[in-house]
Amino acid sequence: MSPFRLLVQRDLRLALRQGGDAAMVVGFFVLATILFPFGVGPEPALLQRIAAGILWVTALLAALLSLERLFQADWEDGSLEALALMPLPLEAQVLAKCLAHWLVTGLPLIVAAPLLGLLLNLDAAGYPALLAGLLLGTPTLSLIGAVGAALSLGARRGGVLLSLLVLPLYIPVLIFGVGAIEASIGGFAARPHLLLLGALLAGALPLSPLAAAAALRQALE
Amino acid sequence: MPAPPPPPLPAIGFAATGLACRRGERLVFAGLSFLLAPGEALLLTGPNGSGKSSLLRLMAGLARPEAGLLAWDGAAVGDDPAAHRARLHFIGHQEAVKPVLTVAETLAFWAGMRGGGDVAAALGRFRLETLADWPCRMLSAGQRRRLALARLAASPAPLWLLDEPTTALDSDALADLLEAIAAHRAQGGRVALSTHAALPLAGATNLSLADFTP
Repeated sequence: MSPFRLLVQRDLRLALRQGGDAAMVVGFFVLATILFPFGVGPEPALLQRIAAGILWVTALLAALLSLERLFQADWEDGSLEALALMPLPLEAQVLAKCLAHWLVTGLPLIVAAPLLGLLLNLDAAGYPALLAGLLLGTPTLSLIGAVGAALSLGARRGGVLLSLLVLPLYIPVLIFGVGAIEASIGGFAARPHLLLLGALLAGALPLSPLAAAAALRQALE
Repeated sequence: MPAPPPPPLPAIGFAATGLACRRGERLVFAGLSFLLAPGEALLLTGPNGSGKSSLLRLMAGLARPEAGLLAWDGAAVGDDPAAHRARLHFIGHQEAVKPVLTVAETLAFWAGMRGGGDVAAALGRFRLETLADWPCRMLSAGQRRRLALARLAASPAPLWLLDEPTTALDSDALADLLEAIAAHRAQGGRVALSTHAALPLAGATNLSLADFTP
């Protein structure tokens, strides 16, 4: 097995045996979404109007929740130091860890989102755009988050710092993710928004591992 | 006293000239040179804080020297970090062991990351066969140390960098380690290790870090 796949497999195995992460992320997503009808009132028309925004904002926050542990555990037990000395470049290792992180947290979000859409009375025309948007957007969240996680490594209260670093960078994903849903509900094409989400992913795919690996090297020195 | 000009780098061996290391504001050591030829062992000694771990991290390429040059067979290590990583094993203070993975899984992962190796033989070498299916959270400190050291035997590398490898080891495990080091050196391997205990390593060069404290 190639070292890249081996690292993905190890991270998946760790996530499954430790449980927690995926369940926590989906649990937060569901609970935070359920809070809105209590907060703004159960009026179906109002919920339908804000459903796309609620789903994307809570998905964003849920994705943020598990990022702190992305490198933290490996850093604390010396694994990161050992990984940095493996022949596989650190950039590729960051990509492998992002892939595993997305499989464990992003994928469950995508599965849960349509059910929560029902709860918020999301217009039927919005579901394809919701799913396609999350499919393109959540990997970008993991990739951008990896840079923040690497930069905040070793900082006291790293979780708060991570949110401050990463949330502003999530804004484009939020705008185009919600835009795709609103467009298809309004009878317009969701395609331009989805293409822009794809462009963000295509940009984050090579740039984030470079930045995150540089930050990790700094943290190890 | 001005530092003497560094001598030219030898064409064979893992060598350093005029090495200096800074941790924060403090210069830990300066003007340090060594030569580690195939089959040789370098014993790093010195009081706490004299820079033994820092030197090993410089050797591994985890940190950059403040001054001086590290070279492998005449070529500067910093010029090709990937090639340097491929030829070394570094066992630091921490064991890099995950509580939920089993002993065999841990070793297979680390060997696989280096392109594979003989996991069963490595387990045998450090007497871990009977623990192979144990999750690592059940291991004692000494057993975790043995598991970390078993990575040395699981996949070959010409340079071993060991930071206080004897910590928490019992006498049997210490004998296993010394035997593994002897076998490694017999095949032309090099080893640099830091220690506080007197280790019976035949023909090892002693490098006292206290001599280079500025």
